[in-house]
Amino acid sequence: MSAAKISLRGVRKSFGTHSVLNGIDIDIAEGTVVSLIGPSGSGKSTLLRCINLLEPIDDGEILLDGIDISLPGFDANPVRRRIGMVFQNFNLFPHMSVQDNITLSPVRTLGVDKAIARTKAAELLERFGLADKVNAFPDQLSGGQQQRVAIIRALAIEPEVLLLDEITSSLDPELVGEVLDVVRELKTSGMTLVLATHEMGFARDISDLVCVLDGGHIIEQGLPGQVFSAPQSERAQQFLERIIRAGRL
Amino acid sequence: MRKLTISLAVTGTLLLAACGGSSSSSDTTAAAGAGTGNECTAGKTLTADTLTIGTGNPAYSPWVENDKPESKEGFEAAVAYAVAAELGFGDAAVKWVRTGFDEAVQPGKKNFDFNLQQFSINDERKKTVSFSASYYSTNQAVVALAGSPAIGATTVADLKDVKFGAQAGTTSLEFITNVIKPTAEPFAYDDNAGAKAALEAKQIDAIVVDLPTAFYIAAVELTGASVVGQFPASASTTPDNFGLVFDLDNPLVSCVDTALAALKDAGTLAAIEKTWLSDKTNAPVIAVS
Amino acid sequence: MGTITGRRAAYERARKRRSTVVATVSSLAVVTAIVVLVPKMPRWDRVHESFFNGERFANSLPRLLDAFVLDIKIFAWSMPAIVALALLVAITRNSRSAALFPLRILTIAYTDIMRGVPIILWIYLIGFGVPGLGIDRPWNSPLIWGSVALVLTYASYIAEVFRAGIESVHESQRAAARSLGLSSWQTMRHVVLPQAIRRVIPPLMNDMVSLQKDVALVSLIGPIEILRQAGIDKSKFANFTPYIAAAAVFLLITIPLTRTTDWLIERERRRTTGTRIS
Repeated sequence: MSAAKISLRGVRKSFGTHSVLNGIDIDIAEGTVVSLIGPSGSGKSTLLRCINLLEPIDDGEILLDGIDISLPGFDANPVRRRIGMVFQNFNLFPHMSVQDNITLSPVRTLGVDKAIARTKAAELLERFGLADKVNAFPDQLSGGQQQRVAIIRALAIEPEVLLLDEITSSLDPELVGEVLDVVRELKTSGMTLVLATHEMGFARDISDLVCVLDGGHIIEQGLPGQVFSAPQSERAQQFLERIIRAGRL
Repeated sequence: MRKLTISLAVTGTLLLAACGGSSSSSDTTAAAGAGTGNECTAGKTLTADTLTIGTGNPAYSPWVENDKPESKEGFEAAVAYAVAAELGFGDAAVKWVRTGFDEAVQPGKKNFDFNLQQFSINDERKKTVSFSASYYSTNQAVVALAGSPAIGATTVADLKDVKFGAQAGTTSLEFITNVIKPTAEPFAYDDNAGAKAALEAKQIDAIVVDLPTAFYIAAVELTGASVVGQFPASASTTPDNFGLVFDLDNPLVSCVDTALAALKDAGTLAAIEKTWLSDKTNAPVIAVS
Repeated sequence: MGTITGRRAAYERARKRRSTVVATVSSLAVVTAIVVLVPKMPRWDRVHESFFNGERFANSLPRLLDAFVLDIKIFAWSMPAIVALALLVAITRNSRSAALFPLRILTIAYTDIMRGVPIILWIYLIGFGVPGLGIDRPWNSPLIWGSVALVLTYASYIAEVFRAGIESVHESQRAAARSLGLSSWQTMRHVVLPQAIRRVIPPLMNDMVSLQKDVALVSLIGPIEILRQAGIDKSKFANFTPYIAAAAVFLLITIPLTRTTDWLIERERRRTTGTRIS
C-alpha cells in the first residue's frame, strides 16, 4: 500500500475544557477526494484547520508525505503553500481587486514575477468562467462568484492538497451548483481534496472516502456507497435518517 | 424700663457717631487700620472705604518680596502702601487682588482700583487704560550666563548674533525687535520663568528685562548669571517709566497723581527706592549707536 | 452603475429639484439673518472694533502669515514621525509572539503614561527638561524637543486608533492570508493594515486636524509661531482682531485638507464597493 499523502494519527484538540477532536485517525491518499460529514459541532472545520496548521493540535500527529508537520515549532508557511484552504465565508480581501487577491500570494511567497502571476490568474479565471471579473472588487460580485474566486486564489499557488471548509453553506441554492462544478473539475484534474460539507448528494457522488464525524470521533468511515446506504454504527444511522427526512439526500 | 433702653440706644448711637466722625477727618498720616480714604477718593474706589490694588501672580522680587504684598516688603509693595497712606487709607483698608500681566492692560472693567506690575507707560496702552504719573523709571538690561556670547558686549553691534529671549507682550521684547535687531528672531515666553528655563537650557544666550529684575535674576535666581549691561534711556522710543494702571478715564487717577507728587516732594519715593533697589543700578552701559 | 430610466428617473429628478430649492432658500435665509440681524445687536460696534477691525487685520496679517510658516514646518516634520511611531506601537501591541512580550508591556506603559499627562506638561518637561540636561546648540533647540513632545504624545493617541482599526479586521482575514502561506508580517502588511487604516481614516483625520492646531503649543517654550505672534499683536494694540486673523489662516489650511481627505475616502469607497443602501 503506497504511503498516504496525509495521515492523521490519534489527533486530539480542545478549546479550553471543551474537547472538539477526541482521537482522529484518517489516511488520505493522493489524488483522492475525502468528505467529512456529520452534525454541526462534530469537529469537521476544526479538523481541517488542524491539517493546515491554523490550529495547533494537543496530541497525536499529522504526517504530510510521511513527515510529521504537527511538531511544535514546525515552520507552517511552507506547509500552507502545499495545503491550501477555502472557507465557508469566502474571506476574499475586500480592499483588493480579484486579480490582486489571486496574485498576492504567488508574488509574495513564491517570488513569482507579477506579470506571470497575472497571466496565470487570467487563465484560471477564464477556466472557471470569470474572465470579465479580473478587475472587479469582491463586494461587486455575487456569493457564487466570490467563492469561485476564493477557490482560484487558493489554486494560484499550486497546492498539492485543497481543504474545502463547507464552501457552499453560505450560498443561495441556485449558486451552489456553479461552485460544485468547480470542485468536480478539480477532482477530474487529479487534485487531492478534503471537504467538510452538508451537501450529501454531492459528497456521495464525488468522494472516494466518506468519514462521518460525531463528537470529535470518526464514527463511520468507508466508501460512499457503503456509508450512505448501509451505515454500520447506530449514531451514523440516526444522522443519515435525519438528513434523508429533511430531503437533503 | 423703656426709658432706659431708649437712653442706652441714644448713647450708643452718639458714641458710634463720635468714633466714625473722628476717623473721617482729613488726617492723612496712616494711623494703622484706621483710615478709609480722603475727600478726593470718596466715591471713586471700587468698594467704598477700601483701596483694591492689583499685582502679579506670582509677584516677583525685588518688586514684592516672598510673593506677599501685604507684608509691605518689596519696592512696589512699599510704594503701594505709601500711596494708600497718602490717600488716607490705613493698612487694613488695603485689599490685594492678583491678575495676569496682560489682562491688566486690556480693555474692559477692572477688578482693582489700580494695578502695579512694572507696567511701562506707552501710547498704545494709553488707548485702553489710564496711567498715573511715573513712580519709577529704569532701563532695559541684558542678563546672560557665564560663557554666553553676550558676555562682555559694550555696543549693540556686539549683540547682533546673540539669541535673545523675553516675556511676550512686554516692552523688553519690543526693545529686542526694534532696537537691538539681532539676526536671529528672539524667542518669546509666557513669563520670565520660561525665559530663565530657556537660558539654563542654553536655548537662548541672553534675556532682556528691566534693570532691577535683571539684578535679581543674576544675584538670586540663576547661578552663574550676570548683568551684561543696561541700555541708556534714550535708546528706546519709549523709555521705561513705570505707572500705576487704572480703568480708562478713572477719576481716581488725579487723586493718586496728587499723592505721588506729595511722596516725591517729601523724598518718600527716593527712600523706598534706596531701601529696595539701591545697589541695583550699577551696570555698564551698552552703547546703541 | 448604469443610468436610471423610466418612472423612477422622473421621480428622482423632481425630488432633486425640490431639495435643491429647499437647500438654497434655507441657506439664503440663514445668511441673510446673520448679515442683517447681528449688526443690530446692542454692542455690535464694540465687538466689531475689538474683533473685526479691518485695519488691525490688514496690519497683522503679513506678520501672522510669516509666523505661520513655522507652524507648517512643525506639522510637516511631526506628522510622518507620529504615524510611523504609532504604527510601530500598534503593531507591536497587537503581535502574538511570546518573544515580543517585554516590548508589548513597554507599549502599554508608553500609551498609558503619555496619554495620562496633559500635552502642555510634556512640552515643558521635554522641551525645557531634556535640553537642560546639558545638550549643546543646535541639538537643544526647543523646536526639536517641542516636536519630540508632540510626536510622543500624539503617537500614543494615534497608536490606539490604529490598534482599534487592526482589531476590527476580522480574524478570518488573517486565517485566509495565513492559509495562502503568507507570513505573519506579510499578512499584517498586505491584508490587515490596509483594511485597518482605511477604517480609521475619519478618527485619524480628527487627530490630524487637532495636531494642526496643537503645533502652536511649541510657542510655550520660545519659538514665535502664529498664535504667539497674534498674542503679541493683541497685547500691543489691545485688540483681538489678530486672533481672528490667525483663526482665518488656520481655517484656510485645515478645511481644504479635511475636504480633500473626505473626497479621497469617497472615491476609494466608490471604487471598491457594490450597492449602497439609501
